Amino acid sequence: MNNQKIKINNVSVVLGGNVKALDKINLEIKKGLITGLIGPSGAGKSTLVKSIVGSLKLTAGEILVFGNKPASKELRKNIGYMTQELSVYSDLSIKENLKYFGRTYGMKRNTLNSEIEKLLEKIELTEKKNVLVSNLSGGQKQRVSLGLAMLPDPELLILDEPTIGLDPTLRNKLWKLFRELVDQNNKTIILTSHSMDEARRCDDLILIREGRVLIQGSPKYILDKTNSKDIEEAFLKLTETK
Amino acid sequence: MSISRTLSTTNRVLRQLLHDPRTLVLLFVVPSILITILKYVFEKQNSVFSSIAPMLLGIFPMVMMFLITSITTLRERRSGTLERLMSTPLDKTDFIFGYAIAFSFLAFLQALITSTTMLVILKVTVLGGTVATLIGAVISALLGTSLGLFLSAFANTEFQAIQFMPAVIFPQFLVCGLFVPRDQMSKILQWFADIMPLTYSVDAMKQVTLSSKWTFTHTKDLLIVLSFSIFALILGSITIKRQRKG
Repeated sequence: MNNQKIKINNVSVVLGGNVKALDKINLEIKKGLITGLIGPSGAGKSTLVKSIVGSLKLTAGEILVFGNKPASKELRKNIGYMTQELSVYSDLSIKENLKYFGRTYGMKRNTLNSEIEKLLEKIELTEKKNVLVSNLSGGQKQRVSLGLAMLPDPELLILDEPTIGLDPTLRNKLWKLFRELVDQNNKTIILTSHSMDEARRCDDLILIREGRVLIQGSPKYILDKTNSKDIEEAFLKLTETK
Repeated sequence: MSISRTLSTTNRVLRQLLHDPRTLVLLFVVPSILITILKYVFEKQNSVFSSIAPMLLGIFPMVMMFLITSITTLRERRSGTLERLMSTPLDKTDFIFGYAIAFSFLAFLQALITSTTMLVILKVTVLGGTVATLIGAVISALLGTSLGLFLSAFANTEFQAIQFMPAVIFPQFLVCGLFVPRDQMSKILQWFADIMPLTYSVDAMKQVTLSSKWTFTHTKDLLIVLSFSIFALILGSITIKRQRKG
């Protein structure tokens, strides 16, 4: 994982029913940043993250994640993926879910328990650790799902709509956590959001619509380039011109 | 394949079931109740009951494990947990064998309870003994598990998964020799029965009932069921795609 970039070359993905979810996408995502894939529902954000993780086959093009092919063994050891669906075992407790996923990453029993306790504090679920996931609220389930991605302390975190449905206070706390992971622990985060408001918190933005990239750059670059006050305005201007 | 990851999967599957006591009761109690009902259906024909009951021990574990496995794996596929697992270092074989070990263990417990009911409470004589009966039941359960893992790939909903019961299991059930000796069926059905694994599972149980010695035919029957199970497990692991097509 020495290579510093995620390279997406001419990638197209055609879904069932001949729907072009991604159309000849070319991108470079840098290591050590929070990169936001921003766009409305159906823009192709989840398809792009699934392609990077390797759960979706490309119709055309190539992706290299820090020099590794998606779904390769090397990459799977270093990636934490939070899917848009909750993808958590609802008939297990929070701790049981974390233990199982920790074991799939080969985490040793003695360190696993202490890592779980630390993580539970970060996602503020220590009190509920023995509660079955089916008995949790939507926001709590969301945090469990995020916890599963963070537990193995991966180099790359791919988070599909990680803050959807969370209250503003908790959302703020999670963003602080993401920032800490990137700035202090040198992690890379790619996250999707349809909230233009969250976009300004990212280091790098990729605005995407109908399977095509509208623009990539820092929030400041995008605002300057489009002469806009906020990302939403920039998005609308770019949509009109393209 | 990693033993530690496989056993973690087994542990996880068993824990999920432990949190679901209703399923456990159905799994462990229903076969004993059904065999007890059968005993009183044949109240005046005890010899018929004594010959059928052990054969049912070759069928119940397969049917129940088929149902549970196909629905549980389908849930994994549909809820996104399988997609998430496939993004981790977990190997497909860890997943498949983790399930197979968990359900074989459950089948062992189920067979232990059902055969205890049959041998101790209902006083059925099995010349081959309890151990041979349990081995037959566990291998039959492994068959159900492997078929469930494989066929769940072809269902999109739980409703469809349940429909595989009449489509895949019932024909085997009808021709396996439980109702009518196979040599009295039409030739086509005999050929069909010859290539179906449930036939050999039931035959193995017949051997256990009738012979006090472990015969070559008994070994052959069990090996056929086992080979079929392994083949279905391999097919099952092929249906689990790390990368799915767009």
